[in-house]
Amino acid sequence: MKNLMNWIEYRLPVVEKMKIHMTQYPAPKNFNFWYFFGSLAIVVLVNQILTGIWLTMNYEPSAEGAFRSIEYIMRDVEYGWLLRYMHSTGASAFFVVVYLHMLRGMMYGSYQKPRELLWIFGMLIYLVLMAEAFMGYMLPWGQMSFWGAQVIISIFGVIPFIGDDLTLWIRGDYVISGATLNRFFALHVIALPLVLVILVFLHIMALHEVGSNNPDGIETKRDNDGTVPADAVSKFEFHDNFTKGGKKVIIDSIPFHPYYTVKDLVGLAGFLFLFAYVIFFMPEGGGYFLEAPNFELANPMKTPEHIAPVWYFTPFYAILRAVPNPLFGAVAMFAAILALALLPWIDRGKVRSVRYRCGLHKLNLVNFCISFVALGILGVLPATPLYTILSQLFSFTYFGFFILLWFYSKNENTKPLPERLT
Amino acid sequence: MLKHIISAAALLVSSIALAAGPNIPLEKAPVDIRDTESLQRGFMLYQNYCLACHQMQYQRYARSFRDLNIPEELGMENLMFTGTRVGDHITNTMDPADAAEWFGDAIPDLTNVARVRGPNWIYTYLKSFYKDESRPFGVDNDVFPMVGMPHVLQELQGVPYKAYETRLVDGQETQVYVGIRTDGSGEMSEEEYDRAVADLVNYLVYTGEPYRLESERLGIKVLIFLAIFFVLAYLLKKEYWKDVD
Repeated sequence: MKNLMNWIEYRLPVVEKMKIHMTQYPAPKNFNFWYFFGSLAIVVLVNQILTGIWLTMNYEPSAEGAFRSIEYIMRDVEYGWLLRYMHSTGASAFFVVVYLHMLRGMMYGSYQKPRELLWIFGMLIYLVLMAEAFMGYMLPWGQMSFWGAQVIISIFGVIPFIGDDLTLWIRGDYVISGATLNRFFALHVIALPLVLVILVFLHIMALHEVGSNNPDGIETKRDNDGTVPADAVSKFEFHDNFTKGGKKVIIDSIPFHPYYTVKDLVGLAGFLFLFAYVIFFMPEGGGYFLEAPNFELANPMKTPEHIAPVWYFTPFYAILRAVPNPLFGAVAMFAAILALALLPWIDRGKVRSVRYRCGLHKLNLVNFCISFVALGILGVLPATPLYTILSQLFSFTYFGFFILLWFYSKNENTKPLPERLT
Repeated sequence: MLKHIISAAALLVSSIALAAGPNIPLEKAPVDIRDTESLQRGFMLYQNYCLACHQMQYQRYARSFRDLNIPEELGMENLMFTGTRVGDHITNTMDPADAAEWFGDAIPDLTNVARVRGPNWIYTYLKSFYKDESRPFGVDNDVFPMVGMPHVLQELQGVPYKAYETRLVDGQETQVYVGIRTDGSGEMSEEEYDRAVADLVNYLVYTGEPYRLESERLGIKVLIFLAIFFVLAYLLKKEYWKDVD
């Protein structure tokens, strides 16, 4: 047995990698509940992939058969309803945990140097996730699948010169049809999940290269120049990769496994409780996870009274509608996402955590949260004159967050950072 | 903080109802899918009054029989007007082209209608027909104005009409709308009709999600398991974290 292990280890250092990424990976010891959402996102991703595979076994990707096959899954396949609700609820849960995960990064400055690339991979994951969710929502071929797709694809039509050709290329037809459904199915079940898994892998590799940030936003890997007090040095053994053969000392940290694996298990149990409650007792999520018109077969001749995208798109949809000119609306919408991606360079501050930043930054972060949630609510509602004005107001405050941040972060009046993790 | 997030999420997924078309406020339908007798009566009403036009093409006879505790032979004899095998879907043979010509539009399938419209909409709709000679079938509906459907339950309800009373308003005699009354020619009293409509709506809620009760039974077990798992996970975490100062 021992020989076999050595034989494998020599050719593929499994145990060594396990040490680097799990048992001897240093993680700051003061992670709070905000740090659950990264591991939860992985759990939801696995849930989506597994339930997705089983749904594919009975789903029929055609305009004639899609809706019927979903009802077949829901009614005739053993536990088909459970698989389908796990998948549909999982889509919303994915965005819940990703949004909270992103907010964590914003609060503790996890995007700042040296974690810019880590943040960029995260944003790419978010973009692919939006495309994945959008294409998945079309597959049941209900009224909202059809008309929601109609609205979203038409956004690309406002691009000058190439807009019409681009929408034609996306649809594969002059209107949304079975051809569109087939290609969205292909992209949804193989192309995008593959990209997503690769990006998640890169996200984690990038994280393990620079190490986790922490709620205090201070460095936990210090130069071993004798200035670090002996009682600060972590008593656990960490891999040479992180101590650089003794050149670095690691303070206030613990190995990821078993300490954070058992802690994440607690977070997982709490999350699954809420997740299961939705799946078993309110799978429609009050009409926001599964919209009522989507229980009716797609009908190109009949527009629903009110078309609203699924809730996780609505903040950006509200920005799109807030601008009277469709082209500039689309530009504003993409700019809203781009601004998030550029956060590491917009924020010129040196202090990471909101705990030690200026009062204005705290207020500004609250402003961002309120703007984002308000836009999300407005994006669900019909565009009445009052709601349009409110959307414009909150779009303004949304972008205001980034503009203000750029100005005050340069010479910010910050609080002194602690020597050790608190 | 967590509390804030949960309440924000709750705000997001509740309250804001999607705007629909009815001119009148919807009545609350007394839905109870655990009431098997009500579901059986609703099933019977559906087969007798709805199926001739409205298919239920995603629901199988066998499923309704099984879930509603109706013995198969009895059901096949008394409730199965279409199809030949008990596993067949509840369909009819109306030609969609004919339907479009007769009623002005395609006739919707009703398997999921309670999920599309909501039970309150259907309940109020079926109670809101009234006599209007200007319409092709002699009736209109306040929930669905200019409706293309005849009042198929008229033999049960009687001929409904909008009743007005003369009242003194600001010293002037005015005609005030007081609701829908019937001429009493129906087989049912008002209470009986309301109950029949409620039974029918109840059945439609059931067909929208025939696995609803199964889901809730399993859901309770899963939640209990997860609650225990949470406690054990917490204790495990505490034990491990004793090493961490």
